[in-house]
Amino acid sequence: MALDLMKERGTPLEKQLFDWRDIVRTPISKLDDDAFTRVRVILMNGIENEAWIFQHNFARQNLEMRRHLARVRRVEQHQQTLVNWLLPADQSVLETTIGYEQVAVEVTATVAEHEPHPYMKQVYEYGLLEDFDHLYRYSALLDRLEGKDANNILQGYTDIVPGRPTVEEHRDPFDDIRDHYDRTKADPLTKIHALTILSAEQQTRNYYATVGGHYADPVARQLYAEISSIEEQHVTQYESLIDPNETLMEKWLLHEATEVFTYFSCMQQESNPRIKQIWERFLSYELGHLHCVLDLFRKVDKRDPLEILPQTLPEPLDFKSHRDYVQQVLRTQVDLRAVGTQFVPKDQVPSNSPTIAYNRHINSKGSPSEAVSAGYRWMPGTELAARAEALRTGQQGSVH
Amino acid sequence: MRTTQTDMNRTGAATSPIHTKAMEKAAQTFKGPPGSESAMGEIREAYSTGADPIGTVPIPTTIKGAAGTAGKALTGQFLSVLVDKLGERLAFERQGARLYEALLCKLEVSPARVGSITPVALTEIMNEEISHAGLLIEEMNGLGADPTAMTPSADLAGVQAIGLVQTITDPRTSMTQCLQAILAAELIDNACWELLIELAEGFGKDELAANMRVALRQEEEHLRRVRGWLTEYVQSEAGISP
Repeated sequence: MALDLMKERGTPLEKQLFDWRDIVRTPISKLDDDAFTRVRVILMNGIENEAWIFQHNFARQNLEMRRHLARVRRVEQHQQTLVNWLLPADQSVLETTIGYEQVAVEVTATVAEHEPHPYMKQVYEYGLLEDFDHLYRYSALLDRLEGKDANNILQGYTDIVPGRPTVEEHRDPFDDIRDHYDRTKADPLTKIHALTILSAEQQTRNYYATVGGHYADPVARQLYAEISSIEEQHVTQYESLIDPNETLMEKWLLHEATEVFTYFSCMQQESNPRIKQIWERFLSYELGHLHCVLDLFRKVDKRDPLEILPQTLPEPLDFKSHRDYVQQVLRTQVDLRAVGTQFVPKDQVPSNSPTIAYNRHINSKGSPSEAVSAGYRWMPGTELAARAEALRTGQQGSVH
Repeated sequence: MRTTQTDMNRTGAATSPIHTKAMEKAAQTFKGPPGSESAMGEIREAYSTGADPIGTVPIPTTIKGAAGTAGKALTGQFLSVLVDKLGERLAFERQGARLYEALLCKLEVSPARVGSITPVALTEIMNEEISHAGLLIEEMNGLGADPTAMTPSADLAGVQAIGLVQTITDPRTSMTQCLQAILAAELIDNACWELLIELAEGFGKDELAANMRVALRQEEEHLRRVRGWLTEYVQSEAGISP
């Protein structure tokens, strides 16, 4: 089903109303809902947060748009709360973290698969292997701190194995900056993809930076500090893909289009009818926002929005397991390293690379990600299942 | 709806055998770093060495309290331990009252009441928890300790009870699930009153110990009743006659 962005006007802004009962709803079930329902909830929280942050920054620089932005942003605020609080209270911070990394793996994989620009695709595949590794390290922490199996959250869709080792991901800031797309030539999907992944990574950075300090265990605190730092690198990486020459109005238009695109993707594939209704409603809200911005764009930038946006939405994101694709990227690219804006095999990194010195220093007092996962191999029912079996059969010698 | 009914729980490996097999194969193929959990222990040990405490017990608020503390210290006894544990019980009793308040709300909206539990019985227990808090406030004042301060053990009692609050106030949890949480609270409470009484006796505070024994007898009754209600609910859900 193609969605015509110019014809579908969605819900008018003045009809986008909330009350507290509407905003705070019954959450999804950690146990019974499909893992991709949780993936969609987390992704859309990230998308809404980016909309909110962008619109605030815009308002700080532009008097003319301030009132328009305030009006749209209030709705985004309530959408974000409603969506994010669909995550249930029986889901621990670490279990939610597993969900965040599943988003990072599966959504980055679908974006990389569909990305038309070869360099952008390469950047997504590069980042994908890093988040994939985070999933493995956090799974080890979940097993070893809370005695839980990360696959209770992942539901078999995503592998729990090392990617590009987190310990090696710490780079000099200059090695996190990438080349940007050209706003005059890039496919609209390239622009929407960049905003989608930027949003997901930004919320992940913010979440880890906030919750990591809530742990008592210094191992957990160190791991969150370490991976939060990589997520900051990812925010730097993904925001540098965006053409800085876009006007603020152009950027606003693209943000609204990204929200339309992602809610549309969620709505099409949602298995929980109650949550599907939310995606449907918010798709309509975002179409309403888009049309407000389209009108403003025509007045302010005096251009045809179709210079920026496609007439109809591109193919939606695929919310499905990308096991084969991820394994293929893992096999062929795990040893790539960033040098400036380019990626080279590990053995071609110059010996005077600033990343080498940075990495050596930050890991000089040990690596949390290596410590937490030392000897860890995922198996169904946690690694204690193997120890329990060994104890039961009297093979005590194999028990640590 | 029964909270233990069988439906589409997707968390187990058996729900998706093909995916699980693929995951196990991947885990065999792509190996992680060598070593064991002891690497985590090393980080924990490094931080534990020389770590600051959670906090301290406040200095007594009255001259009598200060004199008592100093006097005991001369004999090698630390009254601050008793104050810390009294503060812990006080925090726990207040929290306990709030747990019963939330449970009462749950009982009132629950579709089918099971067995002998009644709102009156829950209210009775809640009020006894509040009166225990009152007793502890009085006793702490008597010792020259500030009952409004949060002692280190009181703080940790709050940390430990977070899961109980989360369980009982979650609109999705059943009476059975909440009674399980209350059982955990009552088991801890009983054991800790016993400990506190022994501690008071150790300090020669016989009157304090006697007052607390009255509270302990009521707590034993709370535990007995909660166990009974939980059994009734679980057996009813399972379809087993008592």
